[in-house]
Amino acid sequence: MSPSMMWIVLIGTSALSFSVKMLGHSVPERWLANSRLQRINALIPISLLSALVVAQGLVVKTHVVIDHRLAGLAAALAALFAKAPFPVVVVVAAVTSALVYHLH
Amino acid sequence: MPTSLKDTFRDALSVSLTVGVYGIAFGAASVAAGFSVLQSCLFSLLTFTGASQFAAVGVVASGGAGASAIAAATMLGTRNALYGIQMAPLLQVRGFRRVMAAQITIDESTGVALSQAPRGSEAMRAGFWLTGAGVFLFWNIFTLLGAVGAKALGNPASWGLDAAVPAAFLGLLWPRLETMFLRLVGAASMVFALLVTPWLPAGLPIIATVAVAVVVGWRPR
Repeated sequence: MSPSMMWIVLIGTSALSFSVKMLGHSVPERWLANSRLQRINALIPISLLSALVVAQGLVVKTHVVIDHRLAGLAAALAALFAKAPFPVVVVVAAVTSALVYHLH
Repeated sequence: MPTSLKDTFRDALSVSLTVGVYGIAFGAASVAAGFSVLQSCLFSLLTFTGASQFAAVGVVASGGAGASAIAAATMLGTRNALYGIQMAPLLQVRGFRRVMAAQITIDESTGVALSQAPRGSEAMRAGFWLTGAGVFLFWNIFTLLGAVGAKALGNPASWGLDAAVPAAFLGLLWPRLETMFLRLVGAASMVFALLVTPWLPAGLPIIATVAVAVVVGWRPR
């Protein structure tokens, strides 16, 4: 990605994120009271975060690839089951992935 | 500070510090995706909504188009609009104070505000402002530390940073999977994203997964 496109991503993301927040503080409550909209809105973070887990952990460009990152993800999953706090989960994943990357 | 608000202050501080530390992971992920330290810090100052920031740099890291990155981040942030609708009648602010309130309307400030309901609306307002300001402060400090640290480390794969990003998403997703139904939605989304990966340009499978949320949420259960 070109350097100018990276600035566009930064500025576009920031402008739209703020607009969405400001919208909530500005519109009458009933505008977003639609129950279908609320059901879908509640599910969007789950769908997007799930997609991001696999897109970041199992994909290179447009191919599904199994590599050291999957070992890191498995370790993160184990840490979450063990009720580890968020920073521990991330560090455990990084250490495991780095080990597999170097040993492989 | 009145003694009655001491408990609210303690709640706000503990949430701010805990969440703020995650900023290290964002700063590192952002630099690993190719953003500069300055750009990483601007993300945390201007975008200031964690999951969206991770999504934007995540899509860029996976080779997706700029529009995909912006769209994924914006859709992840739509819940902040619903938080704003709940917070606006409580805060009753206008002008610049409303702009500040909007910028710090995130999961944590709304969550602490709502949790203070038994202590009264003054405590709820205090919870919102203290948590929002606290997370803003710590999130930005730790973003800088993470970005500078990752810059010094070099090759992201060598230090496991390329696995730390999906692990961070998993960590953000985990507490949301409260019911079996929501776990199934998550699993279906993962399968869907992997299935469409070979057929769509990089980054688009992430946004396409919103279709799962729309289809599942269309009718009441």
